[in-house]
Amino acid sequence: MANLETTFVGIKSPNPFWLASAPPTDKEYNVRRAFEAGWGGVVWKTLGEDGPPVVNVNGPRYGAIWGADRRLLGLNNIELITDRPLQTNLDEMTRVKRDYPDRALIASLMVPVNEDSWKAILERVLETGCDGVELNFGCPHGMSERGMGSAVGQVPEYVQQVTEWCKKHSDLPVIVKLTPNIADIRKPAQAAKEGGADAVSLINTINSITSVDLDLFSPEPMIDGQGAHGGYCGPAVKPIALNMVAEIARDPGLRGLPISGIGGVTTWRDAAEFMALGAGNVQVCTAAMTYGFKIVQEMISGLSQYMDEKGFASIDDLVGRAVPNVVNWQDLNLNYVTKARIDQEACIKCGRCYAACEDTSHQAISMSEDRVFEVIDAECVACNLCVNVCPVDSCITMERLAAGEVDPRTGLTVSDSYANWTTHPNNPMKCAAE
Amino acid sequence: MSDTSLTPGIVAGRLDPKAYTENFSDLHPRLEGHEARVAADRCYFCHDAPCIAACPTEIDIPLFIRQIATGTPEAAAETILSQNILGGMCARVCPTETLCEQACVREAAEGKPVLIGQLQRYATDTLMEAGTHPFTRAAPTGKRIAVVGAGPAGLACAHRLAMKGHDVTMYDGRDKPGGLNEYGIAAYKTVEGFAEREVEWLLKIGGITVETGKRLGRDMTLAEMRGAHDAVFLGIGLGGVNALGLEAEDKDGIANAVDFIAELRQTGDLASLPVGRDVVVIGGGMTAVDAAVQAKLLGALNVSLVYRRGRDRMNASPYEQDLAASKGVRIITNAQPVAIHGNGAVREIEFEYTDNDLTPTGQTFRLAADQVFKAIGQTLEGGDLPDLEGRKIKVSGAGRTSLDGVWAGGDCAVGGDDLTVTAVAQGRDAAEDIHASLMG
Repeated sequence: MANLETTFVGIKSPNPFWLASAPPTDKEYNVRRAFEAGWGGVVWKTLGEDGPPVVNVNGPRYGAIWGADRRLLGLNNIELITDRPLQTNLDEMTRVKRDYPDRALIASLMVPVNEDSWKAILERVLETGCDGVELNFGCPHGMSERGMGSAVGQVPEYVQQVTEWCKKHSDLPVIVKLTPNIADIRKPAQAAKEGGADAVSLINTINSITSVDLDLFSPEPMIDGQGAHGGYCGPAVKPIALNMVAEIARDPGLRGLPISGIGGVTTWRDAAEFMALGAGNVQVCTAAMTYGFKIVQEMISGLSQYMDEKGFASIDDLVGRAVPNVVNWQDLNLNYVTKARIDQEACIKCGRCYAACEDTSHQAISMSEDRVFEVIDAECVACNLCVNVCPVDSCITMERLAAGEVDPRTGLTVSDSYANWTTHPNNPMKCAAE
Repeated sequence: MSDTSLTPGIVAGRLDPKAYTENFSDLHPRLEGHEARVAADRCYFCHDAPCIAACPTEIDIPLFIRQIATGTPEAAAETILSQNILGGMCARVCPTETLCEQACVREAAEGKPVLIGQLQRYATDTLMEAGTHPFTRAAPTGKRIAVVGAGPAGLACAHRLAMKGHDVTMYDGRDKPGGLNEYGIAAYKTVEGFAEREVEWLLKIGGITVETGKRLGRDMTLAEMRGAHDAVFLGIGLGGVNALGLEAEDKDGIANAVDFIAELRQTGDLASLPVGRDVVVIGGGMTAVDAAVQAKLLGALNVSLVYRRGRDRMNASPYEQDLAASKGVRIITNAQPVAIHGNGAVREIEFEYTDNDLTPTGQTFRLAADQVFKAIGQTLEGGDLPDLEGRKIKVSGAGRTSLDGVWAGGDCAVGGDDLTVTAVAQGRDAAEDIHASLMG
């Protein structure tokens, strides 16, 4: 069985599956259950300044969207950081770390943007014996209106400043958690790096309104007839998170900056994808909130099996493996010519490929009287929409034309050489570039 | 309890009173909201969907299922009812496994079609329970039309004509409208008086007068009808029952399956309905299955359904055959009755095995029988009818008969599969043709 042991910014954990700082990690009771279930690490629910704790709403904190059979696809929340006294959290963290020395325990922090506040909180958390700190620059609701959370994360200068303070006043590894509510994720990542961060973690939740009650005309979750935007997470945000992780992983200026991948990780496969794109470990929240802590068992067995099948001895063999293949559009090979192919044996004749192509694409699928659907190569641009809408797995595939074949759509012979847009004769920028 | 399944003869009250309620409860209880949305989500929304083509009334099935999936079952019901005003009954009695659900691409893919029939019921029940009727009448045309027979064909025809603004009088020989929906379908397929409620709901369109107890050929003639109306639609069904052609067919204990089913449907207290200990049903169609299954559910000890050809030739669908078998009905095929034995009342019925060409084999057997139901088909009855083709009314186009101003549809007319849904389609289409003819 593959070794899932992970060392992330010097912090060891028996597997790369950590619970993200969120409701599941707010209390000793929950965290003990998580460790008993097998989670490799926990980022404790964000701690704030000493003093009277924040107050949460007393109505619904979560909104959701569902797929078929009420499968939860996306969750949004308007919960704030921990609403329990700081000392209570610190005492609990101390006990948990003492009892689970082999697991990673990270303190998530969010205090106002001044050096004294950060110095004070760092001194307090150091006593717990925790393995590192994560700076919460991400929460998009409630705290951001008080100048914290994403209000910090959206300003690279603040990110760098706070990171510097944390490195100055603590020897603990510092992970900077990034908000996705920003145009270019590389900017705050760069700021974190320049501030001396040991790693970044992303993504935090996305500004969102999950739905609107069409009787009350209120956003969900509804509090007394009104709603505020909350942080969106769960399977629905995974593609956005993957891209942001990849953007950082492949940026020359950020290369080598450790990443903790967060955003819709629900299965071992999701975790493996984040890691292939450069994440050294992953953090999970919504999947645990949906199914309970036991899911980590599937993540562990699934990732082990996959790594065994691939011959990967350790996590390091997987991390970053897909990063070189993430390129800009202009670098894609225009001589890679494919056509849709419909497996007539597998086809169930629903006609969705036809409707999609005929109504919304390139009229490249024909339909006969007896519902035989065939690709018209002379029209097919290989857009892949038919593959995506076909309800039958592997019924429609994209097959590459071999070099030397003629593409009936363009009349051009397929070349086996690589050629991208920068070298294409139609590119007006080409001459200027030369 | 005085009588049990073992009591010989035709007796009532064979079962514990609670058993009747259980036995005759809804065969397919209505889907709950979540079940319906999950079932609806399985629909692929096919292009030019095969299920639509497989429906005799051409309901836009993918559209109504999508309307259910998006939380508007009332709109789904309107989609259904605009094509098939008896969509509620059809959802209960259609052999969907040989129509829409057989054509469903998921049947081809996985052997598990979308539950079209049950979804249709979910939608139509939702709308009908709200008590709304989504259709309104056009401006009055002043045309008066007679619809003879208040079964599925007649009801569909009358509704469509009323919607077009015509004044319709619907005649029926029985005490209640509804035809076979009311008198001829197994009770567990249409519980809680659904047939009657559906007719009441249908009549909310207005402009339809119902005259029951008026049978063509008994209480009135077609000539009178034609004289008093601008058009006549005949949806009179098949009033007669085929005979076995055996001696002693009039012995006590021998009855028509359709009469047994009708009596059962109209009985308030099923425990008061007598049934034999050893019941034999002769025939291979839906009527035979409905009679056999219900005899079993009433507490008969042995129920045999005997059909003269092979299983594959039975008009009852494989689903119905399985239903019968699951209720304990023994299905015997390739055997035809040759003699009735008994003194006054039937005691045994003798069969001879046949091959698939109905050639007798010389091998015979006897089944104990204190009750025999004949279900070998029905025949058209009535005087001064339009020309026949074979044993049914000859029609062309949308139900035009040999007589000017007279249309026909449903079981009495040539064509179709003698299904409720076919009758609805024919009644509806005849109404459109009548309207076009009168207003042209």
